[in-house]
Amino acid sequence: MSFVEYGDTIKDGDTAIVFLGHESMFPIKVQHGTVTQTKYGVIRHSTDLIGKKYGSKVTCSKGGWVFILHPTPELWTMNLPHRTQILYSTDISIITMMLELKPGSIVCESGTGSGSLSHALIRTVAPTGHLYTVEFHQQRAEKAREEFREHGVEHLVTVTNQDVCKNGFGVSNIADAVFLDIPSPWEAIGHAKSALKAEGGRICSFSPCIEQVQRTCLAMEEYGFTEINTLEILLRVYNVRTISLQIPDLGKAAEDNSSTDFDSSNPSHPGSPCTNLQQGTVQFKSGVPLREVVGHTGYLTFATKS
Amino acid sequence: RKIIFEKQWFYLDNAIGHIYGTTFEVTSGGNLQPKQEVEETTTETKEAGTDNRNIVDDGKSQKLTHDDIKALKDKGIKGQEIVQQLIENSTTFRDKTEFAQDKYIKKKKKKYEAVITIVKPSTRILSTMYYAREPGKINHLRYDTLAQMLTLGNVHAGNKMIVMETCAGLVLGAVMERMGGYGSIIQMYPGGGPVRAATSCFGFPKPFFDNLHEFPLSKVQSLLSGTFTTETLPAEPEENALVEEESNGLTEEKQTSLQETEEEPTTETAMEINPTEEQDTMDVNAEDVEFKENKEKDNKENVREKQMKQWERRKKLIEAAALLKEKNADGLIVASKFHPTPLLLSLLEFVAPSRPFVVYCQYKEPLLECYTKLRERGGVINLKLSETWLRNYQVLPDRSHPKLTMSGGGGYLLSGITVVLEKGKSDSSNPEALKMEEPSSKRCKLQDLPC
Repeated sequence: MSFVEYGDTIKDGDTAIVFLGHESMFPIKVQHGTVTQTKYGVIRHSTDLIGKKYGSKVTCSKGGWVFILHPTPELWTMNLPHRTQILYSTDISIITMMLELKPGSIVCESGTGSGSLSHALIRTVAPTGHLYTVEFHQQRAEKAREEFREHGVEHLVTVTNQDVCKNGFGVSNIADAVFLDIPSPWEAIGHAKSALKAEGGRICSFSPCIEQVQRTCLAMEEYGFTEINTLEILLRVYNVRTISLQIPDLGKAAEDNSSTDFDSSNPSHPGSPCTNLQQGTVQFKSGVPLREVVGHTGYLTFATKS
Repeated sequence: RKIIFEKQWFYLDNAIGHIYGTTFEVTSGGNLQPKQEVEETTTETKEAGTDNRNIVDDGKSQKLTHDDIKALKDKGIKGQEIVQQLIENSTTFRDKTEFAQDKYIKKKKKKYEAVITIVKPSTRILSTMYYAREPGKINHLRYDTLAQMLTLGNVHAGNKMIVMETCAGLVLGAVMERMGGYGSIIQMYPGGGPVRAATSCFGFPKPFFDNLHEFPLSKVQSLLSGTFTTETLPAEPEENALVEEESNGLTEEKQTSLQETEEEPTTETAMEINPTEEQDTMDVNAEDVEFKENKEKDNKENVREKQMKQWERRKKLIEAAALLKEKNADGLIVASKFHPTPLLLSLLEFVAPSRPFVVYCQYKEPLLECYTKLRERGGVINLKLSETWLRNYQVLPDRSHPKLTMSGGGGYLLSGITVVLEKGKSDSSNPEALKMEEPSSKRCKLQDLPC
C-alpha cells in the first residue's frame, strides 16, 4: 500500500484502517507478530491480516468482525492523531479544486500541523509533483516527517522547520499554488508571492476569523494578487430514516371513504405495510439532518498571481 | 473567427502570444491590450456626504440624457471617460457617502468599460462557468459538489476509474485533470455515444485520451451475465487482422503527436486542435452523403472507411469490456440524469473491494432509496448522504458581509466504500452457480425500470 497508490493485499508495514461500524474506525500499523485489541476481540496481524485482501471481513477472537480498509487521505483525516486543529475533507476538496491542483503541481503549505491537508495534497500532485511544507514547531515537523516516511510518500514532500512569516517557504519561483493556515497569514503573503512561479499561480488562506480575512485581503491586494475571493463551505450530512407519523383522530375513522382517499393521495413506500387504518400512521423515508452540525470551520480566501 | 461574449463581438487574433490572465479591452472588432493595472481613478472628489438624509430621488440627478450618452458611445470615446462624464454630471454624487460613491463608480465601470481577461481552462473555471451559464446541462451540479466528488472518490494518478455521467463531459474532464494522464478511465454512456462537449474545453493533450475508454450502458447487463463476448466479437478472422493493422498505425501516429504536444503544452493549441478535428469528421460525414449519390468508387472507399471506423470502435469496445471484466476498478463516479439505484447496483460489480464510490443526484429522494437498496445488497460500508452549502463573502474595509447563500440547487451526494461482498444470505444450502444467478436476476429487474 501507499497513500498514493492502491494495493490489493495487506502487507507487513502497511498502515491500514480498522472499520468497526457506524463510522467508528482507527488506523493500525501492520506488523508481524503484533496484535490489536478491539471491542470485538483480538486481531493477530500475522494470521488475520497479512496476505488478506483490503476490504476483507476479519473475524476477531470474540466472534465479532471488522473490515480492514486501504488507507486514503480521507480515511486518514478521520483517524489521524491530532497535534493541532485539522482541516476536514469538505474544506480540503474545495481548496484542492480552487488551487487547480493536479498531478505535477508544486505546492507550498504552512503550517503542516497534523498533516491532514498534506496527505490530500500529496495524493493529488503525485507522482510528478511535490509538496513543500513549513512547520515552525519542531516536534510537529519531526512527527510529520516520520508519518510521511511510514506512509510511503516521503519522496513527494519536503518538511522544513522554520517560521514562514520570517523566513518564507525556502523555495522561490517554483510553486503553482500556496496554502496558508497560520494565525497571521498577512505576514506571509509576500513570501507566498515569491514562492509562486513567475508566470503566476494560485493562493489560498484559511482563517477562522473575519478580521484575519480582512487583513489578508488587504495584503493580497497590496502585493498585486487578483481575483480575490472569500468563501465558506459547510457540510450537511443526513441520516436516512424511516419515519412514521400518526394520523390525528378527527372523529372520521368510521367513514370508509375519507380514509381510503387519504391512502391513495399519500403513496407510502412499497415496503411499508398498509397499517394506516389500524394504527393510524403513515410511513415514509426521510433524510434527517444530524442534531448538531459543524456551523463554521474557517473562511477560505483565494487569489491569483498573474 | 468572430466570437460573441456578453453582447460584444471580437476576434481572438490579437490575444495570441500573451500570457494567461492578460486583460484586454474591446474596441470595434479587434482586441486591444491595455495595461495590466489601470491607475486607480484617484478620488479627487474627496467631498463626500455622511448619510442620505438629503438625497431625494427625483429622477433628475443625472444631467446627461440617454441620447447624450449614446452619442458619446457612438463617437467611440473610451469607457473610462464616459464614466468620468457621468460622475461630473451627477448632482447627487458629491452628497453620497464615500462607500456609495465607490459603488456608483464600480457599477458604471462595469457597464461602460468592457474588459476581458483570458484565462487557462481548468476544472475550477469550467465548473463555475457551467453552473452559472448552463446548469441544466450538468444536472445542476454545483462546483463545490464536484470538488467533493473528486475528493470522496479519491481520484488521483494511476487509478482505474469508472465514470457514468450526463454532465456534458464536465465530470469526465474533472476526473481526467486529477489523473493527469496516468491510469485509465472507462466512461459508461447511454445512447449512441459519450458526450464530451465540456471535456474538449479543457484542452487536454492527446495522450490523455489514450487510456480513456468508453462502454455502452446498454451492454452492461450482458457483460455481467457473461453473454457479452459471443454477441459482439467480430465474426470473421480477416476483420480482426485488419483491425490490428489499423490500430498499429494509429498508435504510431499517437506517439508522434505525443511528442509534439509535450513540447508545446499551451492549452490553446490543444484547444484549437479539437474543434478542427470535429469539423473534419463533420466534413467527412457530409461528404459521405454527397458521394453516395455520385460516384461508386468513392462510395466504396467511404464504405471501407466507415467499416474501418466501426472496427476501430469495436476494438475499443472489446478493450473496455476486458478492463471492466477484471472487476478491479479503483472507484466509481456517477452523475447523471438517470435514477441512480439501478446504475449503482450494476456498476458496483466492477469495483474492487475497499474502494470509494460517489453518486451525485440533483434530488435527495432517489438517493434515500439508493441508500436503502445498497444496504440490502451489502458489500458497502460507511454510506453517507450529504450536501454542501457554499457562501461567498464581500470583504472590503468596514463593509464585509456574506454575498449570497447557495443552498439547495447544488445537489446531493451518496458516498461509501466497497468491501468484499458476503456470499449471499441464502448461501447455506445453494450451490455456487445458483448463488451467482439469484442476485443477477434481481438486478435485472431493477435495471429494466429506467432504461
